[in-house]
Amino acid sequence: MPKTAAKAKRSLKPKEIVEPAIARVPITVRVNGRPYSLAVEPRILLVELLREALDLTGTHVGCDTTYCGACTVLLNGASVKSCTIFAVQADGAEITTVEGLEKDGQLGSIQKVFGDCYALQCGYCTPGLMLSTYQLLSHNQQPGDKDIRKAIAGNTCRCTGYQNIFKAIQVAARSVKGG
Amino acid sequence: MYPRAFHYHRAGSLKEAVTMLSQLGEEGKLLAGGQSLIPLMKLRFANPKHLVDLNFVPGISYIKEDKGSLRFGALTRHAEVEYSATAAKIPIIHDCAAGIADVQVRNRGTIGGSIAEADPSGDWATVLSTLDTTIRCLGRKGERTIPLSKFITDAYTTALGPEEIVSEIIVKNPPKGSGGAYLAFKRSAPVYPTASAAVQLRMEGDVCEDAAIALGCVGLTAIKASQAESALRGQKISETTMNAAAEAARAAADPQPDMRGSAEYKRMLVGALVKRAIELAIRRARGEQVEVSHLYA
Repeated sequence: MPKTAAKAKRSLKPKEIVEPAIARVPITVRVNGRPYSLAVEPRILLVELLREALDLTGTHVGCDTTYCGACTVLLNGASVKSCTIFAVQADGAEITTVEGLEKDGQLGSIQKVFGDCYALQCGYCTPGLMLSTYQLLSHNQQPGDKDIRKAIAGNTCRCTGYQNIFKAIQVAARSVKGG
Repeated sequence: MYPRAFHYHRAGSLKEAVTMLSQLGEEGKLLAGGQSLIPLMKLRFANPKHLVDLNFVPGISYIKEDKGSLRFGALTRHAEVEYSATAAKIPIIHDCAAGIADVQVRNRGTIGGSIAEADPSGDWATVLSTLDTTIRCLGRKGERTIPLSKFITDAYTTALGPEEIVSEIIVKNPPKGSGGAYLAFKRSAPVYPTASAAVQLRMEGDVCEDAAIALGCVGLTAIKASQAESALRGQKISETTMNAAAEAARAAADPQPDMRGSAEYKRMLVGALVKRAIELAIRRARGEQVEVSHLYA
């Protein structure tokens, strides 16, 4: 057996990798209006809670390093990167994911506009971008070009070149303003 | 990516957080906004055994005007500073808050966390170095205040004791006739700047009465460019004096080459940022409303 492999094997002795028992923390969250009570391991990230424990897989993991914004959700109305917050920190919070943008089983207005404007190609970044759009329009119903650029600066899209996303947000802003 | 497993403790007050830290010893770490700490933990550069979460402590997120100063609660999010009319009374503070990373990170990251982290690429330390800033800290033996210049001692290193917490950041209002501007040059919103410059001036007519200049991301801490300040102080501001200040800033910078650029490139860049920030600071000192935002490559 090569020396390094022997070393690796040695370091994997159960005795050495056992961590002291970590207490799970009971939390209560409301996701898209639905209440959940569960106990989570502290190191579980919010995005993992949503995707794996609650089976809400619309929220995506892109870079997993606080860069791309694919995992954007609203936490008490403020957009956050759910890969950069522990699930235990969402205790007592109201969370909105892309699944929460639909209305009565139909696409919500932002979702519809993104489709109408061809604002997506592979779709991986789209849930995050739609929640950033939601965050923008809930604070500013008449965003200028600069406001829109700033609002989506934390969301990376590698397909579209952003032009149609930009147009979709302009259209969504007009529809919000018009009621 | 999973961080190493840790025990989670939720503090109900700053005092309780201090007690928790003293009980947990060196294995304990504070969690504020988490926008630096959580990525570091996921990459396993930081492996605390215990986290003390400050996010459920009530009443430590505020911006108050008080006796000629602005007071920022330690857990005030960058976005709260960005949208605060009170904070905007010192325009350079607004420049900083509105340009940090992106909307999502600003909604979460905190001014106290940024100062306590003392990341050489952080924005707050650079900006606050040009103002009269003190850091209020709470420890087991009570409170003390430390001037910012003595608070950050090295990269990722502060004067905080192991059981001490930043509770408040106090910034004196600049005197009449002052203007300041902060420019950070970034490749994209979510990344740290390649270089940044903060300039705070007090003008009387065309003469610069006082100057404070700090450089970010070009050294182990924010660098106070005192030679650059001297090049302006007491001088009538002209193209020549601004060039002299920019030149002195380049000399004061001590950048490391990395994926954002070579040392020489960063040195050139920081000089150019200083010059532009001086021009903007003068316009603001004259009472002009100038919008300043981070620059993108």
